[in-house]
Amino acid sequence: MSLLEVNHLDVRFALRRGDVKALRDVCFSLDRGERLGIVGESGAGKSVAAFSLLNLIAKPGYIAGGSIRFDGQELTGMSDRALRKIRGHRISMIFQDPMMTLNPVLTIGEQMVECLKAHRRIASREARAIALRKLEQVQIPSPEARLDQYPHELSGGMRQRVIIAIALLLDPDIIIADEPTTALDVTIQAEIMALLLELCEKHNVGLILITHDLGVVSQVTQRMLVMYAGRVIEQGPTREIINDPQHPYTQGLMNALPQMATPGSRLNQIPGSMPSLDNLPSGCAFHPRCGFTQRVDGSERSACRSQVPEFVTSGNCRVACHMVAEMLERERIPAEETAR
Amino acid sequence: MTATATAPVRETAAPEAIRPLLEIRGLEKRFSLSGDFLEQLKFKGGKLVREQEYVHAINGVDLEIQRGEALCVVGESGCGKSTVARTVMGLLHPSAGEIRYDGTRIDDLSTRALMPYRRRMQMIFQNPYASLNPRMTIQQTLEEPIRLHHPDWSQQQVRDQVAEVMASVGIAPDWGKRYGHEFSGGQRQRIAIARALAVDPEFIVADEPISALDVSIQAQVLNLLMDAQRDRHLTYLFITHDLAVVEHFGTRVAVMYLGRVCEVAPTATLFATPRHPYTQALMSAIPRLEDDRPQHIRLEGEVPTPVNLPSGCVFHARCPHANARCREEVPALIASDDGARVACHAVEEGRLD
Repeated sequence: MSLLEVNHLDVRFALRRGDVKALRDVCFSLDRGERLGIVGESGAGKSVAAFSLLNLIAKPGYIAGGSIRFDGQELTGMSDRALRKIRGHRISMIFQDPMMTLNPVLTIGEQMVECLKAHRRIASREARAIALRKLEQVQIPSPEARLDQYPHELSGGMRQRVIIAIALLLDPDIIIADEPTTALDVTIQAEIMALLLELCEKHNVGLILITHDLGVVSQVTQRMLVMYAGRVIEQGPTREIINDPQHPYTQGLMNALPQMATPGSRLNQIPGSMPSLDNLPSGCAFHPRCGFTQRVDGSERSACRSQVPEFVTSGNCRVACHMVAEMLERERIPAEETAR
Repeated sequence: MTATATAPVRETAAPEAIRPLLEIRGLEKRFSLSGDFLEQLKFKGGKLVREQEYVHAINGVDLEIQRGEALCVVGESGCGKSTVARTVMGLLHPSAGEIRYDGTRIDDLSTRALMPYRRRMQMIFQNPYASLNPRMTIQQTLEEPIRLHHPDWSQQQVRDQVAEVMASVGIAPDWGKRYGHEFSGGQRQRIAIARALAVDPEFIVADEPISALDVSIQAQVLNLLMDAQRDRHLTYLFITHDLAVVEHFGTRVAVMYLGRVCEVAPTATLFATPRHPYTQALMSAIPRLEDDRPQHIRLEGEVPTPVNLPSGCVFHARCPHANARCREEVPALIASDDGARVACHAVEEGRLD
């Protein structure tokens, strides 16, 4: 059994005009020490997915259904008190903006000691020693001095290192990192990502990395999920999805990258934009933008408009697409096809 | 384009084609950190002294942009790339140096004298959520620059021009009655581009125009910018931090670090053989889709503050190839045979090969 198992997770936001379904039927799992990437554009639900794991979604958001099992325990419906033993301790989080996550009126040392003391009965001196060791692990120059500095005295990259040190303080099993390098420059991003990867491998920590950057995902993670309009539409080993995406949306996303076109030529754009969650199209949410709703012979695939696609297994990947399902079906019965 | 309405007489004749459209010479921009006169007074050793501190955002930038090309300026935050864009547009006054547009110096012109140039050069901003006036309909937003620059045009001429520009960037005519907040980021950026194109400019400064957008939308906007360049013979100054976009879009690239240009080269040359150590480090840091984990070049430390500039080469403190000369002497941009110009003593001396 996996360390973390998410099954049929449904998250909704109760608004006056009715519930908005932010996540629908999200399923994934994470093994110990495994690195999973969640990719999607803004509004796809990737942050909601991560936040709901620790029940961090603010009202009016709520978990409407499904289960989140972590190390044998069910996290949905768990009391705040019980959840606090897991949150920040066994599953910790790294947020996007390093300035917003650190408390500006406490020194780095105070924040780290506070975190340790909240979870363990521990003497201040001992906590400080642990904090120092973690700062050394994240390769901050002169860690001793940093303990007594305030967040504003550090640069963005340095702050993100401190946050990684705090995330590692209690030796968690899983780190959830929500766009950890989006606010940083490329050279700093490369360093922070290399550091995160190294630490996760060394300490056998699982990583859930949320990002919109396919380059980062392909370098850091082993498996990935692609999300669109609140649903997972494709998941599988990162290499396989990057090299051979099955879902038309994933293909479109990859082909839209400037790296994929010859310099100066037109980019392969996906027409339109992601639908808003309170006004989803019928059937497959991607069908109005999809170039494959017609079969090769020109006939309309009506299921795209009317039915929400189920997951089909294609190789090591799972894809929610009627077109892929049809293709697989045809491969499965080649004999009949040829006989006809 | 309605032929009668918009046939601006281009002052550009054939021999001027060789002359760069935009020339930046020795550009410097300092921002004072010290507040007003009273705040600058300090006690030191029993005496009252006046102290002023500056952020040196641009420290001597020389660039020229040829007609029809897209010059991309790349660099990390704080390197002065946006300040260059704003100074070129006349939104900031340079502290030193000069900017010439089509042969005429424009940085010291009065607002009135600048007006004809303002029509010929337009800007697209990074954040389409902030750059559209929330109280104006799209029609009003697009009409405003036309009315400002062509006060003699009739209502019908203005409307025709707006309709033409809306069609050319793929905006449906019924968007005109709506307000900015009703649109998504990509649609807003489309409107911002339409606004820039409304007065038929020849030169566009785009400051990170696609950084705030999602990947699939980035491709749409980038295609739109490239179509506009082809159809309207535009020249771009394109500010970005995304090297993948540069490789796709740029004719030439200027890499900036701490307010100086460290390398200018044709795009293909720069990506094939980056010469400056900073360019090399920057390129190695891009996350690629390929399988292998590439070893990026690790730089020591972080970008120093632009308040106290390092002596000599601004990059020397983080450069793996720095020596005594780099710490003292400011390197000049030196041209090599393949059209690249590099400001690096190590490259000049051949120490890197």
